[in-house]
Amino acid sequence: MIQTSTKDLHDSGFEKVLNFFRKRSMWMLHYCTGCGAMELPPTMTTRWDMERFGIGPMATPRQADLLLITGYLSIKSLKRVIRTYEQMQDPKWVIGFGSCTINGGIYYDSYTVINRLSDYIPVDLTIEGCMPRPEAIMTGFQTLMDAIQKGEAVGYKKYKENYEWYKKNQDSVLGRTEPVFTSSEVKK
Amino acid sequence: MIVLKFIGYGFTAIIIGLLFMGIGRKYTARIQRRYGPPFWQAFIDVTKLFSKQSLSHNWIMDFGILMGFAGIVGTILFMPIGPWHFFSLMNGNIVIIMYFMTIGSLGMAMGVSASGNPNSTIGISRALTLMVGYEIPFVIAVIGLIFVSKSSLLGTMVSLQSGGIMNWNIIKYPFGFIAVEMALQAMLGEKPFDVITAPSEIASGPMVELSGKMMGLAFLQHAAQIFLETGIVVNLFLGGANNIWEFFLKQFVLFILSLTVNAISPRFKFEDAVKWLWTWPTVFALIQLLIIILT
Repeated sequence: MIQTSTKDLHDSGFEKVLNFFRKRSMWMLHYCTGCGAMELPPTMTTRWDMERFGIGPMATPRQADLLLITGYLSIKSLKRVIRTYEQMQDPKWVIGFGSCTINGGIYYDSYTVINRLSDYIPVDLTIEGCMPRPEAIMTGFQTLMDAIQKGEAVGYKKYKENYEWYKKNQDSVLGRTEPVFTSSEVKK
Repeated sequence: MIVLKFIGYGFTAIIIGLLFMGIGRKYTARIQRRYGPPFWQAFIDVTKLFSKQSLSHNWIMDFGILMGFAGIVGTILFMPIGPWHFFSLMNGNIVIIMYFMTIGSLGMAMGVSASGNPNSTIGISRALTLMVGYEIPFVIAVIGLIFVSKSSLLGTMVSLQSGGIMNWNIIKYPFGFIAVEMALQAMLGEKPFDVITAPSEIASGPMVELSGKMMGLAFLQHAAQIFLETGIVVNLFLGGANNIWEFFLKQFVLFILSLTVNAISPRFKFEDAVKWLWTWPTVFALIQLLIIILT
């Protein structure tokens, strides 16, 4: 079980001053395997223009603050997501797009797809919909900005505190990607 | 007193550079019919970057990035900013400025090569190759100006241009200005010469492995670089300035000109960029040099 409640981890003191700057300058890394990637270009460009909130795309996990998981995740790509997430520097946030990251969406009974993203990495915000429209994405960003200002978006601290729990969940599904026959069995 | 002057120089360059970057982002957004971020966005970004956790691979990486930043801020000391000058005897020696300007790129090269990421190595090798490209037309144009003003000091060149717009070098030597303006586009790393930090191609090049405070220092270095490079052109061709505000205004005009080209241009392949720089600006600079020598 998750040991530490999120309420104990809230930002306080000087962190809250820095949070004002953090929420106004979120650089995002979008992990575009799912169909949600399609909704990002209109959000970035002229019509909705996310740059007015200081949100912009970044090329590498080292520079990014915000990880967007746009849609379903197969077990193989989950491995890459965890690696990317751990390469990002604190403070960092994760947004899950669409029903696929909440309960598996239309892939709920697939053997290659995970159902609930927040079991494996701490998700600060999920945007429901299949897929969410750019309006919903903009509202989502603003909700996250409010949460950061209040010091409630502390998923990265939660991940550190409850690493054993997350690691156990990750290992339980990542084991399924290993080959069925080991090399010794093939020889026989 | 000297220390205060040094701090004043450094802070002015960085603050004005960051302000230019912010206004530039707003300007580009308006060209693309977007609303754009607030004009102090660059300050917000830098504060956020310095508040983040940062990761260093080894001490050469820390040292290289600091060296790049210090190289650019140190070069600014040699440049006269309107009535301000740091070294009164050597008021802006252009040879020293061009020599020291490379320390910024070399420090960055050392720092990011130590990070061991192949993308950053590709990016920085592009930066150094592009430097060979733009320095040749720039130097040819500057040699012409040194020839006519019989001095390599920016201070002397500025005083020779005083007394009205007709005395400015941009009116007297227009081909030289065209050459330097083209080279300036490459110096600032704006499109069509943004091969160095091509985000979709080599994942932002030299910055690929920089996080938190390292990225913040790279950001500040870029701000100081904008200030330095536009400042040199203002001193060379736009007649310097009587007060610092006039100087900043002239720099801003040059920067906006460069951003306008940036907003409507695609990107050169880097061998094409060097080839272009060795063709058009070099030809303009050579024409100017011939005119100066023959008249």
